[in-house]
Amino acid sequence: MTKPKEVLVEPIFEQNPIALQVLGICSALAVTSKLAPTLIMCVSVIFVTAMSNASVALIRKQIPSSIRIIVQMTIIASLVIVVEQVLKAFAFDVYKTMSVFVSLIITNCIVMGRAEAFAMKNPVGMSFLDGIGNGLGYSAVLLFVAVIRESLGSGKLLGYTLMKPVTEGGWYPTNGLLLLPPSAFFIIGIFIWILRTWKKNQVEAA
Amino acid sequence: MFEQYLAIFIKSVFIENLALSFFLGMCTFLAVSKKVETALSLGIAVIVVQTITVPVNNLIYQNLLKPGALAWAGAPDVDLSFIGLISYIGVIAAIVQILEMALDRYFPALYNALGIFLPLITVNCAILGGSLLMIERDYQFGESVVYGFGSGTGWALAITALAGIREKLKYSDVPAGLRGLGITFITVGLMSLAFMAFGGISL
Repeated sequence: MTKPKEVLVEPIFEQNPIALQVLGICSALAVTSKLAPTLIMCVSVIFVTAMSNASVALIRKQIPSSIRIIVQMTIIASLVIVVEQVLKAFAFDVYKTMSVFVSLIITNCIVMGRAEAFAMKNPVGMSFLDGIGNGLGYSAVLLFVAVIRESLGSGKLLGYTLMKPVTEGGWYPTNGLLLLPPSAFFIIGIFIWILRTWKKNQVEAA
Repeated sequence: MFEQYLAIFIKSVFIENLALSFFLGMCTFLAVSKKVETALSLGIAVIVVQTITVPVNNLIYQNLLKPGALAWAGAPDVDLSFIGLISYIGVIAAIVQILEMALDRYFPALYNALGIFLPLITVNCAILGGSLLMIERDYQFGESVVYGFGSGTGWALAITALAGIREKLKYSDVPAGLRGLGITFITVGLMSLAFMAFGGISL
């Protein structure tokens, strides 16, 4: 039996959902050009993964296996609607900039993947922790990408100026490429490279 | 009229490519792009499903969910747009299921070629993303048919191209830590950069 602490901490570096399991990449790339929406995205994903894992685990013995996907989908969709309505009410500006990506948490494979792979076989408490752990693993990559993109791309972080850009009379020539979509791919590629150089066992066979 | 449809088509295939500029359907995009053949069958499946689901969701949104859409039923004040998500995903799951049964019955060859990819499409975010973007841009029915077909085609084009590159990549000497997923990310980044060149086209 695995310990609660392992379940919580393992997905962050050892079993990272993005770098190793190839889950939930879509949103990782799209929302990371600024730190503020990224933070909200991380919190939403942690909430949805944890709650959906817990709810699926709660009724795992009652779900007939032939319709389990639909049942999981309905649970996840309801949770995402809750998140969406809350954001719409309390953080409308950020909600607008994230456009369809909040709704797309539904098809974020991390949520579905963990419900199917972990919550269907484990008790409620452990599934809840697994959800938080995977949410954190996802957030670690997202925050890494977002901090690099926003600070080097516009010289600012969360609205505070770190390095004064040339366009505003400062010294830092901003790297506009980092604000464009392709840069997210390069940064995640490099993140995986660093992670795999550190944890040799994750290297893929040629 | 025709020009407007052509503009939406070109825009959804090249300029706003679902995979390379909106990052939708990335999980399958990276996981199923090892061989050109499988990538192509998945691409065709996505085109078919996208061309059907986007217009159907458009009809549902225009006639049932939009604020004031229920006026014909005598309830002009009802706004059901908050249950949109759950309806779209339900429609997508149902259509994929029906399509699977229909293909199995009438086109067994195509059904066997698509295999496991058809059910997987339900959780492909390109499909749901396509429907959501269509709603966000307020397309009419005709436009949504073109948009569905165009965005599906763009996605298929991107995954086939990536599979072609990855087949060649097998013969190159990649640093150990970058092997597999890492180099694929960087390849996709370069492709995405190349696709940005289309951004200059004004329609």
